[in-house]
Amino acid sequence: MNTSVNIAGVEWKNPVTTSSGTFGSGEEYSDFFDLSELGAVTTKGVARVAWPGNDTPRVCETPSGMMNAIGLQNPGVDVFKERDLPFLSKFDTKIIVNVCGHTIEEYEEVVEKLNDTNADMFEINISCPNVQSGGMAFGQDRDMVEIITQSMKKRSKKPIIMKLSPNVGDIADMARAAEAGGADAISLVNTFLAMKIDINRRKFALANRTGGLSGPAIRPIAVRMVYDAAHAVKIPVIGMGGIQTSEDALEFIMAGATAVSVGTATFSNPLAARDVAVGIKNFMVKNKVEDIKELIGCVSQ
Amino acid sequence: MARKVKYTAKVSEISWITEDVFSLWLENKDAAAEAMPGQFAELYCNDKSRLLPRPISICDVDEENGRIRFCIRAVGAGTNEFSALKVGDTVKMVAPLGNGFKYKDCKNALIVGGGVGIFPLLLLTKKLTGKKTVVLGYRTEPFFVDEFKNAGAEVLIATDDGSVGTKGTVIDCIKENSLTADSIFACGPMPMLRGLKAFGEEKEINTQLSLEERMACGLGACLGCVVKTPDIDGHSYVNNKRVCKDGPVFEASQVII
Repeated sequence: MNTSVNIAGVEWKNPVTTSSGTFGSGEEYSDFFDLSELGAVTTKGVARVAWPGNDTPRVCETPSGMMNAIGLQNPGVDVFKERDLPFLSKFDTKIIVNVCGHTIEEYEEVVEKLNDTNADMFEINISCPNVQSGGMAFGQDRDMVEIITQSMKKRSKKPIIMKLSPNVGDIADMARAAEAGGADAISLVNTFLAMKIDINRRKFALANRTGGLSGPAIRPIAVRMVYDAAHAVKIPVIGMGGIQTSEDALEFIMAGATAVSVGTATFSNPLAARDVAVGIKNFMVKNKVEDIKELIGCVSQ
Repeated sequence: MARKVKYTAKVSEISWITEDVFSLWLENKDAAAEAMPGQFAELYCNDKSRLLPRPISICDVDEENGRIRFCIRAVGAGTNEFSALKVGDTVKMVAPLGNGFKYKDCKNALIVGGGVGIFPLLLLTKKLTGKKTVVLGYRTEPFFVDEFKNAGAEVLIATDDGSVGTKGTVIDCIKENSLTADSIFACGPMPMLRGLKAFGEEKEINTQLSLEERMACGLGACLGCVVKTPDIDGHSYVNNKRVCKDGPVFEASQVII
């Protein structure tokens, strides 16, 4: 039985990774399970220098979901390279570094600093809704998506995954823009721009006023968007958005995702990503599926 | 490598302390053996539409029977769910988490709690071996006072309306009684903690504060629950620390509140 998938020449042992920002650089969750059980670990966004993030409260719960406005707090690429990357390298899993910046030049600097490391892939964050510049501002403009993808491809020695925002009118068009720019893969969805009001305090629930909505509340929308994107491009799609179980993950795979990512569910269950990987394997055994590729995009028309 | 486990803990006792605060004893030998004063647990709701675990401070430990006590105000959907648990029900739990109070060398402790902030201080009060004075602040009706008296502490009370003890804040009570100490340990509302931080600085008393913040993971990964710090932190490389992982108890001088 084959659970491995090939994304832009990088072979994952199974189709499961972690969603950026929900898993740090893996250290905290390595207390719960062996990260080698995952196809890949996707890190929290890494910028050229340390970013302090937003004021608190940064998180709140919503029905079957949550909102966050962390604001891409991170220690910067130099610390990441010296401390976090060596830690992740101890595990037999692929390393996907999520890259963030305020300007194209800032993204480029991070990519160039990590080009000669053992990171396997870069995921370019053009979809964070919680920063003033960069992030989602890049991901909502078709031409900008293509331009930034081209520039990343030019600088990077490793495959480029463009992480797309769902806060757009036509996700298929954004997927095509990334492909036209030379992206090796796309990942979606990032969080949905949202707002919650605390009626007792008469204030926004988050200090940032708005935040990104994630969790099972968004899953059916995410499945639809992954389906639309996967049918618009030939490059592989990494599907995510509210995946809690292997059943959820299989929906994305059957909709056309080559791989999936587990995010918010890790907060409800620190072992969620591993459980999804194990569950996919069990589904394949039970249903006599010889190769995961038989399931990718098997639901169509 | 330290291993953490999401335990399934059985409810062994549950009762109301006030009309909206309840006491919950959960059985888990491993967590109980490890728990230190000031640490907390993540309790996971059984209703799966509530995704985020609830960070709840550890109030007390029954090492002999392998149980941990939590005293919780039922304020929202999650804490109301916990309040309806019955003996024999189970709750998923990760515990103990975070860094608690440093109390080993303390010979004269001033322990200050406000409202439901008094609960994380009980286990500490029990563990302290030197002189211990507890100041508890309430809006009006005191609760849980005997628990602190039984832990061998002298207990003073402040109420906003003056119905019991000093009329005013815990700081008014401390000043009225000219209390001194070599360490202050505190948990409660932010204005109270700010007042104690200033008081500790003025009197040059080591002050440790237990902080609260909205959390998602509770494990140090998501960076949801940070507190601002005067110095660049050695983990984050910016001016903040994680309440869940670096705290929840901090030296007052380490945080900007």
